Amino acid sequence: MEPILAILVGALFTVAIYLFLSKHVIRILMGAAILGNAVNLLIFTAGRVTREVPPIIPGDADALTGAAANPLPQALILTAIVISFSFFAFLLVLGYRAFQELETDSSDDMRVAEPVGDKSPPAGY
Amino acid sequence: MAGKSEALQDLSVAYVMQPVAAADWLIVAPVIWCILIGAVLLMLRKRTDLQPLIAIPALALLVLMTLGLLVHVFQSGTLSMTMGRWLPPFGISFTVDLLGAFFAATSALVALGAGIYGRSDVDDTGRRYGFYPFLMLIMAGILGAFLTGDIFNLYVWFEVLLISSFGLLVLGSEKKQLDGAVKYAFLNLIATTLFLVATGYLYGLFGTLNMADIAIKASELRGTAPLMTLVTLYLLAFAMKAAAFPVNFWLPASYHTPRLVVSALFAGLLTKVGIYALLRILGMLFPFEREELSFLIAIAAALTMILGVMGALAQNDIRRSLGFLVISGIGVMMAGLALGSPAGLSGAILYAAHSMVVMTALYFAAGVAARLGGSFELTSAGGLYTKNAAIAAMTLMLFLSVAGLPPFSGFWPKIMLVKASLDIGAWWLAGAILVTGLLTTITVGRIWALAYWRPAPAGDPDAAALSPLPVGATMALAGLVAITVAAGVWPEPVMALAQDAARGLLDPSAYVLSVFPVEASQ
Amino acid sequence: MRTVIFRSIAPYLTSLMVLFSIFVLLRGHNEPGGGFIGGLIAASALAIYGIACGVAPVRRAIYFHPMAIAAFGLFMSAMAGVLSIFAGVPYMSGLWIYPHLFGVEIPLSSVLVFDVGVYLVVVGAISSIALALEERDRD
Repeated sequence: MEPILAILVGALFTVAIYLFLSKHVIRILMGAAILGNAVNLLIFTAGRVTREVPPIIPGDADALTGAAANPLPQALILTAIVISFSFFAFLLVLGYRAFQELETDSSDDMRVAEPVGDKSPPAGY
Repeated sequence: MAGKSEALQDLSVAYVMQPVAAADWLIVAPVIWCILIGAVLLMLRKRTDLQPLIAIPALALLVLMTLGLLVHVFQSGTLSMTMGRWLPPFGISFTVDLLGAFFAATSALVALGAGIYGRSDVDDTGRRYGFYPFLMLIMAGILGAFLTGDIFNLYVWFEVLLISSFGLLVLGSEKKQLDGAVKYAFLNLIATTLFLVATGYLYGLFGTLNMADIAIKASELRGTAPLMTLVTLYLLAFAMKAAAFPVNFWLPASYHTPRLVVSALFAGLLTKVGIYALLRILGMLFPFEREELSFLIAIAAALTMILGVMGALAQNDIRRSLGFLVISGIGVMMAGLALGSPAGLSGAILYAAHSMVVMTALYFAAGVAARLGGSFELTSAGGLYTKNAAIAAMTLMLFLSVAGLPPFSGFWPKIMLVKASLDIGAWWLAGAILVTGLLTTITVGRIWALAYWRPAPAGDPDAAALSPLPVGATMALAGLVAITVAAGVWPEPVMALAQDAARGLLDPSAYVLSVFPVEASQ
Repeated sequence: MRTVIFRSIAPYLTSLMVLFSIFVLLRGHNEPGGGFIGGLIAASALAIYGIACGVAPVRRAIYFHPMAIAAFGLFMSAMAGVLSIFAGVPYMSGLWIYPHLFGVEIPLSSVLVFDVGVYLVVVGAISSIALALEERDRD
C-alpha cells in the first residue's frame, strides 16, 4: 500500500508545483488546495498505514488490547486540514478582492506595490 | 471514559502527578493572555475608542509577564509544562529555555511599542478592521512559537501568526496592499507547507514530535539520508520564513504596503521567528546535520547580507530601503548559525534581539519622518533636522545602530560574529559582515544626508505650520531608541544572556531534563 | 436558487441542521462527533439559509456579528484551560464534576466547555466568510 500512496503523493506534488508555476492567481489557488491534500496524504503515509482496529479502549478495560491504528497522524492531519481550509478560504477571498481591485488575474501585471520603472534615489546631494 | 472508578486505577502511568507550582504558569501565561485579550477585543471591535485603552495596558502586562518568565528561567533553569496533564512526549509540551524567554521578552517590548505607536497611526477604519485584535493574536502566535517545545505545535503557532499577519497586511484593503498581500500570502503558504512536509517526515522517522524527545533520539539516526533530507527541507522552509536569499522575494514585495506600524511589527518580529526556528531545529536538535550544511548556510548568509544591503542602496522609498535592510540583517544571523560555535550562535541570538528592536524603531522613525516631511521618497524629502532636531538625533542613533557602529546595540553581536568567523579561518564570511556594515553605513548615511540634513525643498510647509507629533508615537520611538542605546553602552547583561542561551542550544541536556525529569536522573 | 420550494423548506432545514449540529457537538463527548464538525454543520445551515433568503435575514437571526461569536468561542476555549489553575494541574487538563439533577448523574467537564468554544469559533469564522462571499454574489 505504501508504494502506491507514495507515488500518489508524488503525483499530487507534481500537479501542485505545475499549477504554482502558472501566472494566474486562480491556478495558484488550486495548486495550494492540491498541495494541502498532498501533504495530508504524506503525513498519513509517514505515520504507517495499518489495517488494524481503531484505538478505542473498551469500557471494561484499562488499556488497549492488541494492535491498533496510530491515531496521532490522523490528529495531525485534522489540524492540517483545518488550517489549510482556513488558509484556502482566506486566499480565495484575497484573490477575488485582488481581481476586483487590480482588474487582473495575472501575477505579471500585479505591479502596483512594485511599479515598473521606479524612480532611483538621487545620485548626488 | 473518566468515570468514578478512576481512583482505583494507577494514574501515574499516564499523568503528571506532581502539582504545578503557581510560578510555572508563567510558561503558558503570555500566550493565553494574548489569546484572551485578542478575543475580548474582537468582541468589542465596534468600540474603536475602547480598544487601545484595553490593548496597551494588556501589552504592558504582557511585557511584565515575559520579563518575569525570563527572570524565572534565568534563576531556575529551563522550565516545562505539558498540556492536559499527559506525560511527555504524549502531551504537548511548552518548554522555555533562555533563548525562548529572551526572544519572548524582547518581542513583547516591541509589541508594546507597536501598540502605543498604533494609537496615532491606525485610524478608526483600521481599528474597525481589527488592528488591535490582530496585534494580540499575532503576539499569541509569535510567543507560542518561542515558548513551545513541540514541533507540530510550532507549526500551528506559525499558522496562527501567519493568519493574523494576513489580517494586518490587508487592513484597509488598498490596491497596493492587496497586491503585496497576494505575493506575501502565497509564498508564505509554500514555506509553511514545506515546514509541514518536513514535520510529516520527521514523525515518520522518529515517531515523536516532542523536541526534547527528538534531541535524545537524533543521535541514533545521525548521518542517514532521510534525516539529512528533512533537515535540508527545514532549512529551506525556515530560510523562506526568515527571508534569506534566494527565497526572500516576498518581503520586499509586501513590507512597504501596509500601515506603517504593521510594517514595523512585521520587520521586527516575523522574520525573527524564522531565525528562532532555525536556531532551535538546526542549532539544537540536529547539530550534526547543521555542520554538514554549514558551508551552504554560510554562502546563503553572505549573499543575503550583501544583496540585501545592495537592494537597500538602490531604493528611493525609505520603507522599501528598510525592508531590504531587514533581509541584510537576516544574513548576519544566518552567518552565526553557519558558524555554529558558541560565539557564533550567541552572536546570532544577540543580533536577532537587536534587530527586533532596531528594525521596528527604524520603521517608526520613517513614519515620524513622513509625518514631518510628508513623504517617504528620498527625492522629495529634506530638512527634517531643522523641523525637529530631537527626532533627527534619535533617528541618527538608530541608523548608526543598524550599521553596527559603536556604541549602539548592533556593534557587539557583529564583533562577536566577526571574531567567531576569523577563529575558524572563514575570512570571507568576516569580510562579508564588514562589507555589509560599510554598505549599510552608506545607505543610512545617504538617507540621513538627503532626508534630514539637506535643506527642505522649496514650497515645503515650515515647522510652525505642522500639526504637533503625537506623543505616543514619539514615546514609542524614544523607548526603543533607549533600549538600543542601553544595550550598546552596557552590553554585559544581554551578552551574558545570549551566551547562556547559546550554551543551552549546544548542550540540550538541561532542556531534556526539564521535560523528562525521571529518565534523565536514572 | 431562490425558488419557492427552496425558500419554504430552508428555515425548517436550517433549524433541523442547527439542532443536529448541537446533537453532534454533545455526542462528541464520548463518541464520534465534537465541536469542529458540529460547528461546520451549523455554519452550513446558516449558509443554506443565506442562499435561500438572503444574507440580511441571517445576520438578523444570529443577532451577534459572526466574528464576535467566534471571538467568544475563542475566549471560552482558552478559559476552559485556565480552570485547571485552581486544581494545581497543567493547562488544559480535563476536570470533571458530577452534579445530580432530578436524580440523574450528569458528567460535566472542562473538555465540554472547550468543545463548545470550538463549536462557536467554527460557526462564527466559517459563517462570516460564507456570508461575506454570498453578499458579494449579489453585487
